[in-house]
Amino acid sequence: MTATAAAGGALEATEPAAVRLTGVTKSFDKGGVPVLDGIDLSVAPGEFVCLLGASGCGKSTLLNLVAGLDPASSGTIELPGTGARPGHAALMFQESALFPWLTAGRNIELALKLRGVRGRDERRREAQRLLDIVRLGSAYDKRVHELSGGMRQRVALARSLAQQAGVLLMDEPFAALDAITRDVLHEELVKLWEETQLTVLFVTHNVREAARLGQRIILLSSRPGRIAREWRVEIPQPRRIEDADVTTLTREITAELHKEISRHGN
Amino acid sequence: MATEVADAITPEPEAAYTTLEAGLDALETGGAARKPWWRRVLLAKIVPPIAAIGVLLLIWDLLVVAQIKPAYVLPGPADVWDELNAEWTQYQMNEAVWNSVSRGIIGFAISVVVGTVIGMSIARVPVLRAAVQPILSGLQSLPSVAWVPIGIMWFGVTPATIYTVVLLGAIPSVTIGLIDGVDQIPPIYTRVGRNLGARGLNSARYVLFPAVLPGYVSGLKQGWAFSWRSLMAAELIAVSPHLGPGVGQAMAEAGDNNDMAMAFGVLIIILVIGIGINAVFFAPIERRLLRSRGLAGA
Repeated sequence: MTATAAAGGALEATEPAAVRLTGVTKSFDKGGVPVLDGIDLSVAPGEFVCLLGASGCGKSTLLNLVAGLDPASSGTIELPGTGARPGHAALMFQESALFPWLTAGRNIELALKLRGVRGRDERRREAQRLLDIVRLGSAYDKRVHELSGGMRQRVALARSLAQQAGVLLMDEPFAALDAITRDVLHEELVKLWEETQLTVLFVTHNVREAARLGQRIILLSSRPGRIAREWRVEIPQPRRIEDADVTTLTREITAELHKEISRHGN
Repeated sequence: MATEVADAITPEPEAAYTTLEAGLDALETGGAARKPWWRRVLLAKIVPPIAAIGVLLLIWDLLVVAQIKPAYVLPGPADVWDELNAEWTQYQMNEAVWNSVSRGIIGFAISVVVGTVIGMSIARVPVLRAAVQPILSGLQSLPSVAWVPIGIMWFGVTPATIYTVVLLGAIPSVTIGLIDGVDQIPPIYTRVGRNLGARGLNSARYVLFPAVLPGYVSGLKQGWAFSWRSLMAAELIAVSPHLGPGVGQAMAEAGDNNDMAMAFGVLIIILVIGIGINAVFFAPIERRLLRSRGLAGA
């Protein structure tokens, strides 16, 4: 049930991958402790991987590197890709980060426009279709501030889909939501992932959430961020957050995480 | 469509969570319906200030009726009104108002262009900003009336003097508003923009410009206030037949004539023009901007 990344590293390089990191290191100040240190990670096309760690483990930094928003200090990041736009990854944040000067529908239209979709009507139709997928078809003309937190994240999800990136990077997207809304969005995300064959790299500090969602869970150590352990989750979807299997796995990972954090107290 | 496909696979849980989701959506967005426009605008925005003005006029009139000062020191509202009516042509008030408003608007328009160009060129260059920002803040706190004697010595009593004073008063506000607007862009917007593929011109057009707009508009609003104030200061001092009538000049003339009622009348005209242009142009734009972003009540 468990495997280390190091053992499979050489083999994985030849397997098809949607995201491949080799020896990725990131430090913000020279000479200081790197935020990320020698990360080797390969995510298969269509795989759902959760990155788990305490604060300061550089999990958000890692996503920013994969998204191309920051350069790595050393190592290589590849997005060979299987989707319509290889080399591209859509990024979703904890706050919805929708543009408040646009309506829900227009936010998605902008993503389509920047992707290069020509024709106002074409974009409008596609935006409507994407909103329908997250069941917010009637919210097309709603302003961002008129939507609840959960609805904003669904619009943000639809906007990510508009990017047709093949790889979806999610940075604690549900951390600010209440438990009921989060449950619903877990369900929604897994459905969407199954239907669209997206590759998902999902960052969270919530162990239970990782156990609920991931096919593979990667635990990062803090300062420097390294891959500490890895779990392959065999529990079939649809899972529920209160399932016994999910709870057992949560306990196991939490124990590991606590050990990891306690190291810093000594 | 996607729902139908998924329904076929797992009818039970799917139905359960979609209804749960629909319930959450309804509960979390069930806000009150928007009030009718006359209640939003008329009762909330227009009636209170008019009532306040009424109260002020009443207090003013009561002070006059109480005769705490003689009428030539503190004329009443009725005296001011009569004087304005009687002396309107004598003071060439039609031309004065027209000249002043057009000078104010031309000066403001030039300030917007210059201030925006300066702001755009220094906002994203830290060294330039560090160099120019203290000067701008200093200029903004410098009363623009201080430029009038210098302007007169440079250009004589000419429109050039007037516009110099107006520009030096208004440009810093416009520039500072723009720079503040750029500072206030949440970094997450530019990151999202980049992830969506907005770079260079696209990033400026679809992300930076709309994000900057509220700060920029409030800078414009302040720029107008400074334009108008500076213009009045300049007109009050720079009085000459070459320059022709202006509201400030009318005020100077009233002072020379020791005409207290007229001086009050001109003061009110200056106020009305300044407030009126703000109410007609800037306030509605600002209100719309803020409301569409959920930043203002009502």
